[in-house]
Amino acid sequence: MPSANRSSRTGSTTHPGRLLLIMALITAAVAAWALWPGQDNAVRLGLDLRGGTQVILQPKAVQEGAAITDDQLAQTVQIIRQRVDGVGVAEAEVTVQGSGDGAAIVVSVPDVSQERLVELVGRTALLDFRPVWSIEGPAPQVDDTTAAASVTTDDAATSARIVQAADNTPEYQAEVAALDCLDPINQAGGSPDDPKLWLGTCDADGVAKYSLQPAFIQGTNVTDAVAQLPQQGVGGWVVSLTFDSDGARALAEASQELYALPDCVPGGASPCNAFAIVLDGVVVSAPRFNEPIIGGQAQIEGDFTAQEAQDLANVLSYGALPVNLEVVEVTSVSPTIGGDQLRAGLIAGAIGFVLIVVFLLVYYRVLGIVAVASLTLAGGLTYLGFIALGKSIGFTLTLAGVAGAIVSIGLTADSFIIYFERIRDALREGKTMRSAAEVGWVATRRTILAADFVTLLAAVVLYIVSVGNVKGFAFTLGLITLIDLLIAFLFTYPVTVLLCRASWMQRGSWLSGLRATRKGDGGEVEEASEGRTSVGVES
Amino acid sequence: MSRRSSLGDRLYRGESGIDFVGRRRTWFIVSGVLILISLAALGFRGLNLGIEFQGGAVFSVPNATCSVPDARDTAAAATGADVIVTETGAGIVRVQTPPVEPAQSQDISRVLAEACGVPVTDITTQVVGPTWGAEITAKGIQALAVFLVLVTIFLAVYFEWRFAVAALIALAHDILLTVGIYAVTGLQVTPATLIGFLTILGYSLYDTVVVFDKVKEETKGITAQSVMSYPEAANRAVNQVLVRSINTSITSLLPVVAIIVVGAGLLGAGTLLDLAVALAVGMLAGVYSSIFIATPMAVVLKMRQPDIKALDNRVAARRGGSGRRAAESQEAAAAAVGVADGPAVETSAGRQQPKRQPRSKRGKK
Repeated sequence: MPSANRSSRTGSTTHPGRLLLIMALITAAVAAWALWPGQDNAVRLGLDLRGGTQVILQPKAVQEGAAITDDQLAQTVQIIRQRVDGVGVAEAEVTVQGSGDGAAIVVSVPDVSQERLVELVGRTALLDFRPVWSIEGPAPQVDDTTAAASVTTDDAATSARIVQAADNTPEYQAEVAALDCLDPINQAGGSPDDPKLWLGTCDADGVAKYSLQPAFIQGTNVTDAVAQLPQQGVGGWVVSLTFDSDGARALAEASQELYALPDCVPGGASPCNAFAIVLDGVVVSAPRFNEPIIGGQAQIEGDFTAQEAQDLANVLSYGALPVNLEVVEVTSVSPTIGGDQLRAGLIAGAIGFVLIVVFLLVYYRVLGIVAVASLTLAGGLTYLGFIALGKSIGFTLTLAGVAGAIVSIGLTADSFIIYFERIRDALREGKTMRSAAEVGWVATRRTILAADFVTLLAAVVLYIVSVGNVKGFAFTLGLITLIDLLIAFLFTYPVTVLLCRASWMQRGSWLSGLRATRKGDGGEVEEASEGRTSVGVES
Repeated sequence: MSRRSSLGDRLYRGESGIDFVGRRRTWFIVSGVLILISLAALGFRGLNLGIEFQGGAVFSVPNATCSVPDARDTAAAATGADVIVTETGAGIVRVQTPPVEPAQSQDISRVLAEACGVPVTDITTQVVGPTWGAEITAKGIQALAVFLVLVTIFLAVYFEWRFAVAALIALAHDILLTVGIYAVTGLQVTPATLIGFLTILGYSLYDTVVVFDKVKEETKGITAQSVMSYPEAANRAVNQVLVRSINTSITSLLPVVAIIVVGAGLLGAGTLLDLAVALAVGMLAGVYSSIFIATPMAVVLKMRQPDIKALDNRVAARRGGSGRRAAESQEAAAAAVGVADGPAVETSAGRQQPKRQPRSKRGKK
């Protein structure tokens, strides 16, 4: 048989101690990574295990048949994250799964009411252009400290505060004056404004406060926005804008009117020469007109870096989101039920584990101990791996993941079952215990690699293509398959080799679990093994 | 007989064992009938799809003090539509409604909480838009297609195309049987079930790879001799790997069964239970098919290969010259496909030692 040749090649070169040392180092490294003090050293649980609300949104192109780009997705996620962060939710997660038309945006939060979350994330971001009425410093300006106090308590509410009114009334002005643009919540946006009303709001950096007239152009009138270096090569980056015909007309009108006005400065004249680009209720930029703009083509200049110009261009292109967000799934799990599910998963895992341990010990005896140790180590590594990955890439364990882990116990067990059966095969061919462990491994190694490769392939494909729960499951399956390989090569194999070198194992004690195959077991065995050999030679 | 050797030993030496390859017609017929039943059930009954696939909302009320009819009336009044209310394992009342707006679902939670005397935050809700299920399904099929192409390439390179085809047939067999069981029993198909199906793909192929690997090893260089025919060698390989297949199935199924028992006892319907049921069914089908379907199928394909055909003829001729069953064997050898049926079935105990005691062993039969 082919394995006979191989044994002579590999037999002398194995250093079980070395392999075990590598295993110990890897385990120590993962443990250190996972359990390093001072951080949150627990497995991050998914929403279905700890309770919370999850909304899955599907972006749809506004124009029929238009493709959704990665940029648009990134921008959408950015805006949603701003909104969710804006309401002060801890541990909100916003992720994109998939790309293009099949993409899904998954928003998970631990404890916000379902209504509120759906309202927050389902809305399309609103972009508009408004003539500036006046600019003030960011701090609230009120005569009376008690009024300021009352405003602040009012603001302790959850989302960005904006002031809107049908007209530039004294009440409106007083409220704008009281607005606190030093408060980060008010700079975050997330409260879309009504374009037909006056708007008092902050800028995104918290350096100024604006009072703005009703919008003259909406984001949907922008057909294109790109960041570029000016052709003359003077000055920094600029953002070039192209408007549709409605936008061009409105821009021509507004620019002619505003161009004549004095420049906008804090506390200066009102109205003044600037227009504000407002995204989701917050001013992202407020350029002034250098000249009337007639052709529907405008350039925003400023001391932009390439990044700033690109960001602004993104806001202008996608701010009004050429994607419509459709809420396709809302799940909210109460913490009680989440906890029950987790407990049931753990109980099932423990019962399954105990049953397997009993089976392995009865069937394989001493080798069974190696098997149980391998399984335990695999379990431990998986647990530590969950923690470590939670820290590094935000891995969360969901119920599907728990199921994946429990299922993988069987796959892990298979590796050493194949190995042990191969050792028996080698013993039946008349090998000594010592060389059987080596010969068996050569055949096992190939099988495990091929079979695990298939599982890994399934995990990778599922992870890339699928969404939601399936993704979590695929990730767990892939992780555990890798751990399985690690354990088989660096733990099960060297430990078994060491064990088979022990003299009491070689004497064929019943404890070895290999009793029935012991040599010299009687005429039948001898005869049969001879017969076996004769076939082997011929084949 | 000095001492009884273990089953594993006898399987290994080919002294005892099941003629998986030779009796392949039996297995193919059994599987064919099961698949026909599955397809019929699928055609006539269809699958019981969960709300994720058709849109709808599910509200789970734990520790509910309300009765099922109460909950039904309350929810029906709130939605103005037919609702399905069931009580699952641990006192959880499960209310399933047609698709609703997210805001409306909040109202339904509220009235249910009131009617059933639990805090509204304890109610688990899930609202799924009507088109989302189609998306999930499309993704699933896409994943399946990509995976199958890649895995076929891998199997064709690692083994050969005949094995790849046989593995895919076994895979299709497993998936059809599993889906069929869902159609027959009316168990609900949820995204978790889908995950289960996809895992079965991996598991079924994993199992087939392990068995094929042994077949590949046992039949390496087989054409250089003329004692053992290809079907016999393949059959011995399957028998040798049988103990491993049984043990692996036991270890794989133990935790899955634990999930089913714990899941059904403590939780009632849920992701865990859905997944475990799909897996249990699929794992059993996977182990069965890797032995009874995949290998015999690979043998059928292999036996069309000229050098294997020649080998089987040689083996048959050799036996025909020394045995009583010459005419029969040669006839079988001529009809290449049927070649294994004769000798493999009849001489399963003696064929490993043809030179030592050909007549006596065969004579006993």
